[in-house]
Amino acid sequence: MATATGTLPQVQEETTIWTWLTTVDHKKIGTMYGISGFAFFLLAGLEALIIRTQLAVPNGAVVDADRYNQLFTMHALTMIFLGIMPLGAAFFNYFLPLMIGARDVAFPRLNALSYWVFLGGALLLTSSFIFGGAPDGGWFAYAPLSDEEFSPGAGLDFYAIGLLILGTSSLMASLNFAVTVFNMRAPGMSMMRLPVFIWMMLVVNFLLILSLPVITVALVQLVFDRNFTTNFFTPAEGGDPILWQHLFWVFAHPEVYVLILPSMGIVSEVLPVFSRKPLFGYAAIVFAGVAIGVLGFAVWSHHMFTTGLGTVPQIVFTASTMAIAVPTGIKIFNWMGTLYGGSIHFNTAMYFAVSFIALFTIGGISGVMHASPPVDSQQQDTYFIVAHIHYVLFGGAIVGIFSGLYYWFPKMTGRFLDERLGKIHFWLMFIGMNITFFPMHFLGLSGMPRRIYTYDADLGWETWNMVATIGSYMLALSIIVFLVNFFWTMRKEPTATDNPWDAPTLEWATSSPPPEHDFDVIPEVRDRDPLWYDRDHGIEKVEPPSEMHIHLPPPSYFPLLIGLGVLLLGVGVLSHLALTALGVVIVIYSIWGWALEPTE
Amino acid sequence: MRPSPRAISLTVLSLAIVLITTWLIWIAWDATASDPMTTLAPLSDNADAVQGLYNFVTILAGIVMVGVLTLTLAFAVIFRERAGHEPQQIHGNSRLEVLWTLIPVAIVIAIALPSFSVIIDTTGDAPDDALEVVATGNQWWFEFEYPGLDVTTANELHLPVDRAVNVELRSEDVIHSFWVPQLSGKVDMVPGHENRLWFTPHETGMFLGQCAEFCGTSHANMRFRVFVHAPEDFDAWVASQAADAEPAQGDLALAGEKIATTLCAACHTIRGTNAVGQIGPDLTHIASRTTLASGMFENNSENMAAWLANPPGEKPGSIMPNLNLNAEQIEQLVAYLQDLK
Repeated sequence: MATATGTLPQVQEETTIWTWLTTVDHKKIGTMYGISGFAFFLLAGLEALIIRTQLAVPNGAVVDADRYNQLFTMHALTMIFLGIMPLGAAFFNYFLPLMIGARDVAFPRLNALSYWVFLGGALLLTSSFIFGGAPDGGWFAYAPLSDEEFSPGAGLDFYAIGLLILGTSSLMASLNFAVTVFNMRAPGMSMMRLPVFIWMMLVVNFLLILSLPVITVALVQLVFDRNFTTNFFTPAEGGDPILWQHLFWVFAHPEVYVLILPSMGIVSEVLPVFSRKPLFGYAAIVFAGVAIGVLGFAVWSHHMFTTGLGTVPQIVFTASTMAIAVPTGIKIFNWMGTLYGGSIHFNTAMYFAVSFIALFTIGGISGVMHASPPVDSQQQDTYFIVAHIHYVLFGGAIVGIFSGLYYWFPKMTGRFLDERLGKIHFWLMFIGMNITFFPMHFLGLSGMPRRIYTYDADLGWETWNMVATIGSYMLALSIIVFLVNFFWTMRKEPTATDNPWDAPTLEWATSSPPPEHDFDVIPEVRDRDPLWYDRDHGIEKVEPPSEMHIHLPPPSYFPLLIGLGVLLLGVGVLSHLALTALGVVIVIYSIWGWALEPTE
Repeated sequence: MRPSPRAISLTVLSLAIVLITTWLIWIAWDATASDPMTTLAPLSDNADAVQGLYNFVTILAGIVMVGVLTLTLAFAVIFRERAGHEPQQIHGNSRLEVLWTLIPVAIVIAIALPSFSVIIDTTGDAPDDALEVVATGNQWWFEFEYPGLDVTTANELHLPVDRAVNVELRSEDVIHSFWVPQLSGKVDMVPGHENRLWFTPHETGMFLGQCAEFCGTSHANMRFRVFVHAPEDFDAWVASQAADAEPAQGDLALAGEKIATTLCAACHTIRGTNAVGQIGPDLTHIASRTTLASGMFENNSENMAAWLANPPGEKPGSIMPNLNLNAEQIEQLVAYLQDLK
């Protein structure tokens, strides 16, 4: 497996469990990210369904207060860190080398390590439901509620350790991807010819590289406050709970863009393909994405307008927050410009991409509303904000991910997801999402706070809560339709040609699914839309030489082993330190083995 | 390029669909203004200032939404694929792109400037003659003290109409948030920080408030009420609250007083007795309040008996434990406490 030699088409070796456990192939790793991410997405959706069932009627009795608080905390953590982020990483893993004309990422073993560390962290965080209770302090874990005095259970320790492990994974992946983008582009692929999806993911990587250290520091402080009687955030001993909020949001606001930028990238790929014309204002969209990334670091305190910031900080953060509306607006207008004058082919991927524009716009507009602190003083911590984030993260991030799934599915599997089921999926999801989340605006306006497990009748909240719950069941149904579509499609024979959509980007220049070495011949890039350029200029695909010797990195079990060691390290902190010691030994041994492992 | 009649009619149709949807949304939006905890019917001076901005922002947001949704829908319908149409391969248009950079800039400035002015107005100092109130958040109830007036109460804030009130916000434990939507936006109660907010209520009546920052198990059950009175009614209320507790009358109440001043005294204050505990709410005039357990239950003998029988059963996480009182003790305590007008 170390090399792909001989005449093509290459015969794929038989894959076993062992192949997957030791793989360093970005496509397999991407697939594993995708499957894990989707499984956690389903889990987080299930948590949301329980939440909505509890809130369907006043004084609901499906779960008790403590369980409810665990559920809304874990719903957010699972969706953000274990669902949406890995799904974005899945596409990026799979398509980064393919879209820039490379054979793998810069550091294939590091890439595998990122995945195994992610999986360990994800399982650790989720296992808190079984061992001692899930975190119940909100995904933001505000001090001093998160301190041991007020949250004596293990939940918040699972939170801190789990996020630390997940952060390590994201940091490794981000560095790996950024190096790949800068160093491994095919000949002719200048930065301003990069597909927009790659650009947006590059911004995401920088956001993570710069923001993860901040949350890492904060989480270590939290662990120390909880376990070793330090007082970083405890007011009684001179610590400051507002410090936690600053550190948390300096990370967590960029994190919002980490979730939405991949989907902005995906629709920027899908819209031109099915409008049959190039992306409108490529440079503007790229610069707007970079601007969003930069400004994303200057707005964190808008999550803290009600904490008594004072007059001047409120004004400063209002200005910086509203400034983000400008690059966001530019993107929306450019997507509309891409549709304008096109010849739009409406398949499921395009349905999702176009609805992304509409839904994301609604979420963006409500965001500008509470960028104004006086308005925010009424909307903060109400269901209006819940509506806002779900229009951005469901209407934006998740709708974008589904667009990408339908779009890239033939490339990844050689099979087309069924269009009829796809459209049923789309309409159920589109209508269900609006029925679930739009009424939450009304609930917020009539004063319903977030994160309450129960509410009284006669506050005017019954109708819209019931409607939202009905919508959430529609969303569940739409997911079932998708799953049926997925499993049914996977039983069909692969029929996809190299470039079934007549798309312009390099991943469509190789077979569907791609061979292990991605490209028989590394393509040459002559334009921002390379395959369209070649098509229009009659440039034929270069035939592979009859004899090929392509060097591919060999499989390695060290990434898996280090991942296991890191997991043990975390488990040990939560249970017995002997396990931590064992984890350290495994990690050191594996790094040693990794360093000396032959790469031929 | 002149738009074709087909394009014009499809755009008008899209506009009509979006406008009808927006109109339906507006009906539901506006209907929330009559709900008890609405954010859209301000009854204080500061809330008025916020509301003016709120309305302006909402209208602008509505216009942008209608614009973007209409054009997205119209383009999707007009430019759907049809035989013989080869789209022009354009990569952009500098003039257009500059234009639609300037549009959001203008909108944002239009929202930012009035926001700044409302921020400056509402975060400034309260008028000198403002009534001073100290509001303290606890898991999961509010304490209200009136410095200089000798009044301490819980979960029910009484205010005179048309006089500014300066609320000092404190917390005993975790972060809470003080929010009475009809009277003011929320400000957090942060332990170790001295936050405050002020407003001038201009209508009498009862207004609902609720903690707006997640604060643990019973966050949902941390509610309070604000009563705005005519000035003379407020003075009368202050006079009655400043008085010591009524001495117990009758055998049942006397027995209850005995329990209250021993067992309950560790945590509760009943002024005029030797109960001076500082952990739970002041009970000196508990019978004058309309609710129990921070707005959860109507204050009557039956609910009070249920509460005393098992506080954590009534309110999840309640700091007040189950004291394993027997039925007789509960009856005595209720008789005493319900006399503390």
